[in-house]
Amino acid sequence: MKTNSRLEKILEKGEFAVTSECGPPRGADPDVIRKKGELLKGVVDAVNVTDNQTSVVRMSSWASCLILKDMGFDPIVQMVCRDRNRIAIQSDILGAAALGINNILCLSGDHQKFGDHPSAKNVFDMDSIQLIWTVKRMRDEGLFISGEEIKGRPNLFIGAAANPFADPFDIRALRLAKKVAAGVEFIQTQCIYNLERFEKWMEMVKDMGLHEKVHILAGVTPFKSIGMAKYMKNFVPGMDVPDALIDRLKGVPKEKRANEGIKIAIETIQRLKEIKGIHGVHIMAIEWEEKVPEIVEAAGLLPRPEV
Amino acid sequence: MIVAERKPIEEIVNMIRDFNKVLILGCGTCVAVCMAGGEKEVQVLAAQLRMIFSKEGKDIELIEDTIQRQCDKEYIEPIADKIRSVDAVLSMACGVGVQFTAEVVPEKIVFPALNTKFYGATIEEGVWSERCAGCGNCILDKTGGICPIARCSKRLLNGPCGGSNNGKCEISPEIDCAWQLIYDRLKALGQLEKLEEIIPAKNWQTSLSGGPRKVVREDLRK
Repeated sequence: MKTNSRLEKILEKGEFAVTSECGPPRGADPDVIRKKGELLKGVVDAVNVTDNQTSVVRMSSWASCLILKDMGFDPIVQMVCRDRNRIAIQSDILGAAALGINNILCLSGDHQKFGDHPSAKNVFDMDSIQLIWTVKRMRDEGLFISGEEIKGRPNLFIGAAANPFADPFDIRALRLAKKVAAGVEFIQTQCIYNLERFEKWMEMVKDMGLHEKVHILAGVTPFKSIGMAKYMKNFVPGMDVPDALIDRLKGVPKEKRANEGIKIAIETIQRLKEIKGIHGVHIMAIEWEEKVPEIVEAAGLLPRPEV
Repeated sequence: MIVAERKPIEEIVNMIRDFNKVLILGCGTCVAVCMAGGEKEVQVLAAQLRMIFSKEGKDIELIEDTIQRQCDKEYIEPIADKIRSVDAVLSMACGVGVQFTAEVVPEKIVFPALNTKFYGATIEEGVWSERCAGCGNCILDKTGGICPIARCSKRLLNGPCGGSNNGKCEISPEIDCAWQLIYDRLKALGQLEKLEEIIPAKNWQTSLSGGPRKVVREDLRK
């Protein structure tokens, strides 16, 4: 065991992990985080806190993590390369670790074009793979990128994202291999709707032996409505929503569609559990956190194991 | 070449409206090739401005000229007297030419008529596209001859992000995903193994991040 992460303990024990996500508010009210936290209590092993997701300004990830930590959660601080150079990144890594945050998710970040400040200057001093490498080196070798020594190493469990649905498809498993080589220890995937393509990607991952080197948590997001499904299909970069799922939602009366969305998510989790190399699920119920307990329970993942 | 685009006419009008005599100075190299600031564009702009000012009843004398390069003393010095004879210069060069003309003839104010865009190539008639970001440390040997600094919206060095879709960038279907291009090119060259190498965080000291840059060639100095 490298860190104090609860998620690492769960995964090292060979338990099927459950993580979820909490999007911080567009304001300074800590109760928004606390309310979302209440909904997730006892049903997840760790909670991701997004970092200005879709490039919209929100309460900072590490600050929101601290609020959740005070509630007893094991938060995962998300960190994007869009807004920070290597000086700020390393500083925030030290700060997060000092505050008792045990997990980090290393991301490149959405382009600011999608957010509320499209005229901002982006940074992208580094990319996600270089960020993984940086955290690992800081933790295991006690060195900054510059090669200088760190006094008090940041003890973080290192995660990253993977999107099996982006192009070019052939490069997707290779990109995971690079993340593994850089030192990633857990992966949370993009929301999975196209299970066939996901399984094809997992075959490539297994052929490269990567499933034995990194814990892969499969991403699941329930549809609230047909509108949301269509939006995800057409406007969210790197999302693959098969028409069959949209047709399935269309096939039930309007008032039952949210329920159908939950059912699809539960069925998806059940199928994902059967795939060798999948060590957990990451449930991203966007502004619908209250449904996470229901999904986790119906998927047969309660109670969460003690570690 | 350096690719530029003419500023909106209203912006140009507002820059020069308080002067009596203005030299519209074209540049015969990059911006002439990309049809933003060569001899022809000087004529067009002058005609447009004359029309606007005559409608406003403003009497502004506009003189036209184009030199081979505004980034070279050799071409600016011969017209130095002409520049001194006007109240202001409206340069149709890139940002280099605007500044350098004023450096050579510091008595006069020089305004930019163009927005300087990027280092690029002519893709087809009327279309120019960025190819180089002038980072000062070329890595094209590692990336199949396609630059991810200039052509990936996130300047990623280790492969495509999760937003690469059917060969296009997540920020616009008009923009090719640089990493799709790199992948296709390396595949065609039989060099896909190059994608396995982790490229470390780039040293940006050679780019503008390292401060304004200068090249000194001692062997050429007099």
